[in-house]
Amino acid sequence: MMVQRLGRRGVSAMQSMGRAAILFYRSLLWGGPGSAGWRDLLQQIHAVGVRSLSIIIVAGFFVGMVLGLQGYTILIDFGSEAALGTMVSLTLLRELGPVMTALLFAGRAGSALTAEIGLMKTTEQLSAMEMMGVDPLKRVITPRLWAGMIAVPILALLFSTVGIWGGAFVAVDLLGIDEGAYWGNMQASVEFYEDVVKGIVKSVVFGLVVTWIAVFQGYDSVPTSEGIGKATTQTVVVSSLAVLGLDFVLTAIMLGGV
Amino acid sequence: MDPYISISELSFRRGERLIYDRLSVDFPRGKVTAIMGPSGTGKTTLLRLIGGQLKPDQGSVVVAGQRVNELSRRQLFELRREKMGMLFQTGALFTDLSVFDNVAFPLRTHTDLPETMIRDLVLMKLEAVGLRGARDLMPSELSGGMARRVALARSIAMDPELMLYDEPFTGLDPISMGMIVKLIRALSEALGLTSLLVSHDVEESCSIADYLCLVSDGRVIGFGPPDELLHEGNDEVRQFLRGDPDGPVPFHYPAADYRQELLSS
Repeated sequence: MMVQRLGRRGVSAMQSMGRAAILFYRSLLWGGPGSAGWRDLLQQIHAVGVRSLSIIIVAGFFVGMVLGLQGYTILIDFGSEAALGTMVSLTLLRELGPVMTALLFAGRAGSALTAEIGLMKTTEQLSAMEMMGVDPLKRVITPRLWAGMIAVPILALLFSTVGIWGGAFVAVDLLGIDEGAYWGNMQASVEFYEDVVKGIVKSVVFGLVVTWIAVFQGYDSVPTSEGIGKATTQTVVVSSLAVLGLDFVLTAIMLGGV
Repeated sequence: MDPYISISELSFRRGERLIYDRLSVDFPRGKVTAIMGPSGTGKTTLLRLIGGQLKPDQGSVVVAGQRVNELSRRQLFELRREKMGMLFQTGALFTDLSVFDNVAFPLRTHTDLPETMIRDLVLMKLEAVGLRGARDLMPSELSGGMARRVALARSIAMDPELMLYDEPFTGLDPISMGMIVKLIRALSEALGLTSLLVSHDVEESCSIADYLCLVSDGRVIGFGPPDELLHEGNDEVRQFLRGDPDGPVPFHYPAADYRQELLSS
């Protein structure tokens, strides 16, 4: 019985991964960012990106402040509190910026995407599109995937930027570290390609994966109110785990000198 | 009879349940045919098979000379774009677009017409369903009957040859129902459409249909003009059309003998 149930679960998981792959293939590999019109793409970027700004900025500032505080108490023991700026900026640019942004994005925009597409399915809007000879994958899914891929890296950069200010606020204004040391050491040690670009690459991947999971969960949802609720939860859970797992893989590859 | 849609030897199962078992039926060109039958017999499924949204396990569906179930995705979308229109039970209007933009959607997506011409076409379609004055409303501001009329205008925007109506009368007040009945008939005649409607409202369907197609348990139990079926159909057909509570379809769900069951405790 146990084995049977386990097997059935495995098979259904594989099947849904297969469907997700088909959705990816038909929507992204066959459709460029402008396949539903550039205005539509801009609207989607606005919906997932601009509307996530406030949560990203507030969260970034607090994370930066905490990093400043924690970093200070650790570094002061070694007398190297002048390196605080370096620590805060590298932590944010390499790790916390992309990862935290992706997690917040999954909760804020991913769940909304799933609910939106699930509801379009429930109300037969996707079927209606099909019957008009319009492919809902290209018309609805493609622009959303591109929007996620474009919005998340920008949000991640903003997160890091605001976080670095937050760190500076705590370090310089509250704890009295020399302002020149905070910014100067940061400028000397942060490298554009090694730290900034690699962080951006990460967040492009995260943006794509979170959006992909979100639109797939909506598109594949059972068209009832219960089904949409379940799909929305799935989006947040699955995409959060995917982001954390992928982060390790990407970090390992990047540190490995690839 | 010149068939526009020809279904032969079609079998379709959903999970374990066999919905259609080697169904064969033709639908005539340029006529209104109502597909009727008890709830849960797969009438809507039949529309989806014709529209290519579902694929049969066996058999073929031919629409306008093309085998729907063997077309590639691209060909299927082309066939739908050029020949088919469908009215959904809920209307299925795009909730983020206004009435005007909903009707303009297929035109803007499929044609390169200038905006002035699209405006004229949309206003013509909306005039045909009597809602030209409602063009700036959003779908959430419409009543059920109005939403269905807007959806009707949208589905004829590309001038289809075939219109599929999924339960067009369900859940409407008498006035809205009257409007939809009149519109389906008028549009079919004015545009020479082949119309297929799925319904279980006998009176309304009989009043506009040239033919009735009665489906029960995955088979066609009667096909012909309404009058003919009402007078010459078999018992099951007549029971359905007259709405008799008992007959070949029994009132009682199969059960053990009533007297015995009461006395046995």
